[in-house]
Amino acid sequence: MRKALIGLGSLAIGLFAAATVDAQQTVKIGLVMPYSGQFADAATQMDNAIKLYMKQKGDTVAGKKIEILRRDTGGVAPDVAKRLAQELIVRDQVDILAGFVLTPNALAAADVSAEAKKFMVVMNAATAIITTKSPYLVRTSVTVPQLNETFGAWAYKSGVRKIYTMVSDYGPGHDAEGAFQRGFKEAGGEVLGAVRFPVANPDFSAFVQRAKDLNPEAIYVWVPGGVQPAALGKALAERGIDARKTKILGQGELTEDEALRSMGDAALGIVTVYHYDHNHDSALNKAFVNAYRNAYGGRNPNIYSIGGYDGMHLTYEALKKTGGKSDAESLIAAVQGMQWESPRGPVAIDPQTRDIVQTVYIRRVEKRDGQLLNVEFDKIDAVKDPFKARMKN
Amino acid sequence: MATVGPDPVAAPQRHLEAQTRWRPIETAFWVAAATPLLLLPSYLQLASQVAVAALFALSLDLILGYAGIVSLGHAAFFGVGAYGAGIISKYGWGEPLSGLLIAASLAGATGYAASFVIARFRHLALIMITLGMGLLLHEAANSASWLTGGADGLQGVRIWPLFGAFKFDLYGYTAYTYSLVVLFLLFLVARRLVHSPFGLSLRGIRENPLRMPAVGAPSRAHIRKIYTISAVAAGAAGALLAQTTSTVSLEVLSFQRSADVLVILILGGAGRLYGGVLGAIVYLVARDQFSGINPQYWYFWIGMLLVLVVTFLPNGILGGFAQLTASWRRGSW
Amino acid sequence: MIGPLAGVLFDGFAYGMLLFLLSVGLSVTLGMMNFINLAHCSFAMLGGYVAVTLMNRFGWPFFATLPAAFLAAAAASVILERTLFRRLYRASELDQCLLTIGIVFMSVAAAAYAYGTVQQPVQLPDYLRGAVSLRGVNLAAYRLFLVGAAAAITLVLVAALEWTPFGAQVRAAVDNPRMARGLGINVDRAFAITFALGSGLAGLGGALAIAIVGLDPAFAFTYLVYVLIVVSVGGLGTVGGSFAAAALLGISDVAGKYYVPELGSFLIYLVMLGLLMWRPAGLFGRR
Repeated sequence: MRKALIGLGSLAIGLFAAATVDAQQTVKIGLVMPYSGQFADAATQMDNAIKLYMKQKGDTVAGKKIEILRRDTGGVAPDVAKRLAQELIVRDQVDILAGFVLTPNALAAADVSAEAKKFMVVMNAATAIITTKSPYLVRTSVTVPQLNETFGAWAYKSGVRKIYTMVSDYGPGHDAEGAFQRGFKEAGGEVLGAVRFPVANPDFSAFVQRAKDLNPEAIYVWVPGGVQPAALGKALAERGIDARKTKILGQGELTEDEALRSMGDAALGIVTVYHYDHNHDSALNKAFVNAYRNAYGGRNPNIYSIGGYDGMHLTYEALKKTGGKSDAESLIAAVQGMQWESPRGPVAIDPQTRDIVQTVYIRRVEKRDGQLLNVEFDKIDAVKDPFKARMKN
Repeated sequence: MATVGPDPVAAPQRHLEAQTRWRPIETAFWVAAATPLLLLPSYLQLASQVAVAALFALSLDLILGYAGIVSLGHAAFFGVGAYGAGIISKYGWGEPLSGLLIAASLAGATGYAASFVIARFRHLALIMITLGMGLLLHEAANSASWLTGGADGLQGVRIWPLFGAFKFDLYGYTAYTYSLVVLFLLFLVARRLVHSPFGLSLRGIRENPLRMPAVGAPSRAHIRKIYTISAVAAGAAGALLAQTTSTVSLEVLSFQRSADVLVILILGGAGRLYGGVLGAIVYLVARDQFSGINPQYWYFWIGMLLVLVVTFLPNGILGGFAQLTASWRRGSW
Repeated sequence: MIGPLAGVLFDGFAYGMLLFLLSVGLSVTLGMMNFINLAHCSFAMLGGYVAVTLMNRFGWPFFATLPAAFLAAAAASVILERTLFRRLYRASELDQCLLTIGIVFMSVAAAAYAYGTVQQPVQLPDYLRGAVSLRGVNLAAYRLFLVGAAAAITLVLVAALEWTPFGAQVRAAVDNPRMARGLGINVDRAFAITFALGSGLAGLGGALAIAIVGLDPAFAFTYLVYVLIVVSVGGLGTVGGSFAAAALLGISDVAGKYYVPELGSFLIYLVMLGLLMWRPAGLFGRR
């Protein structure tokens, strides 16, 4: 125990010494992500994109060197995330907090950002209220209502009149259900019924069968990424729901790469809404995807990657605008209203909400050259987060 | 008939009194526990979370180390305490001390209710029942998202400054002092409990559950009592976490947390009162250090630490040390 | 309503069979030697990763990977048993828990390091995809295969236990290890072989599970809880108990979700609690 104390004490002294020497010339960014545990894959993809950006644009901006510190939350652990954010600020003297894959962790760290007045970039967590928790917080990923409310309205416009919804029974699932139903009903549609799957071990058979019993013209589903999309897709096929006859609508996680490979042809015809796909047809995206594949063993970037990539871009541009000043007030003033062309399409930061404004794409699963891909066939430009827009009024 | 042999009452009494005397190493430990406030001010948040984990592990030791009840669902009481403190503060009453008392009592009431079921089972069935109850409570909290905030966590937790003057801020001075004092007070209670006739009868129940009723000890009542006390302590730990971090999320009720506290206790050494505290320090500091060095694969080193401890220090760190000092005293090295 | 229900029940039964394959090894070894091996699902995960590597990197056909998964997990268990587990047979249960949890942690980190954190895709041969229609009931082809495999394995296990001398030794060792030793049965050797077989079965279960529940490094943790539930509800040391418990849990889980979806995930825990309170030693357990 004493050895541990001495060890810790010397570590603290060492870090303090290291910090004071270069304090003027570096900008430190603390990345708080779930590097281990259930959500580790999202953190890996995000971290890879951050590394790629820094490799492409160098690690010096406006005369300051960028230093990255990485901290693992292990999964959903707001107490740990809060402590890590506090330690990054108090112990390691970081200037910027970034990362944040999971909502509870982002919310907890937002408190720290507000109290300590530090610039914070949320690169994934998608619950709408996050940006309201700190005046120094900006988000570069997406919000659940941005995608799903828009999707609901689009579904009605595309001819769907009645729909059955199936979502995962926890926060993000409820948000998605609420947003989609709202968009759909406001456009004039009717919701036939709704069901929620348990989060863990959600053997989908029974739920899909219930949906089939009602014989709806369309089904909306929402499950978190990982194992569940493939399992759900297979359950839909096995219970005899043909995606080409009954419209299956979902958020982009449903048809991510690994899920498509496991589902096989059963996935053809599924329509999803998302803000980024590696298939997006633009020169900037093709360059990005190629660079990513080359650097990371042929793996395609996904939404976590683009959130991280754009988050770094935003940070670099903000620093250029402030001339290297890294205090929260200057940085937040610099990012409001910022616009740029991202591999996903045109994006901007809404000056009122500090949230991202972007194009929402509607895609369908099709087979091209023997491979299953999400092909964009419709889009809605410059979508702001509807949830917060309503909060103003 | 003159009593030639030892007095049947005095000897056990003296034994217990000998146990309750404070040893210098214990005093040194608690004094050392206060030093981070001066020497390691940037580690206070971590220290505060170590204190919370230590209290939680201590509460588990009461039932596991002393009464022999292996619980895989102890996070249920931790969670009730955490949510209790959080919800009270959300609806307007943010005073920490009274919030702590209310939350811990809520957890105790839950423990009391559960103890009626717990006292009737043993072995694997008991373990799985505690697991099942913990998982059910976790699911219920997820469903009751109107009360608990669901997966996003409880929003709007605002804790008032302690005694009106000490804010729970970024730097952690208040948090650590508060947690440490609560830990120490409950530790004193546990210490008294364990070195009392009640504590001895618990050990009897652990060693031989069939025989205890035969000597007239009301086993089931004893188990219910210790289970409730343990739940109060676990609830206090949960409330501490909620109050010092102003966050509560579903993971305070998770199987992960129950499993972690079990690992911490076994690592430190169950049934030795300081095992939980020591285990919490070693495990959380090691985890923090490993994950700082290697955020993605620190699990591996923690696993290796556990395997090494079991191989070289049977019965936990304290157990292993006890064995080593015993064999050193015997001169058999 | 029997048509759709039959399909759903069948899916539940198939899922139960998967749990059975994952759990039966643990039930028998726990019953035999009282050695708490929480790393059981790490062997399942190993089997899964071996199958995936052989299929995706070396192009083996799906069926060939299954025996490889079995053998790999069995071999790994033999190594671990010889080096580490053997020392802890006499140790306290808590120490056994700690050791095996440490091994789970190490295996999860190793899997993340070697394979990354991404979901492992598995491409089944075409005849195992899609559904087969039997009298208007849609039965998933892969689940049919799973049920068939589980039935075959159960038959082999039961036959081995009932009709071979080695099976008799195992049964004796489960019933009364001390007596069995007294009769000259080499209980340690019987255990070592049973342990290898049980872990091998877990590996096979892991390989079969991928197509239904997916594979990622967290597998070793996620399924531990369900395996423990099956083992405790079924009773220690019995194949029949695991089978009954797994089938019961799988079917009741699915039936519950079909009829009362609001109860969702509560049902499986309620069923477990109810069964354990009714029969604490497990459905077919003895102690």
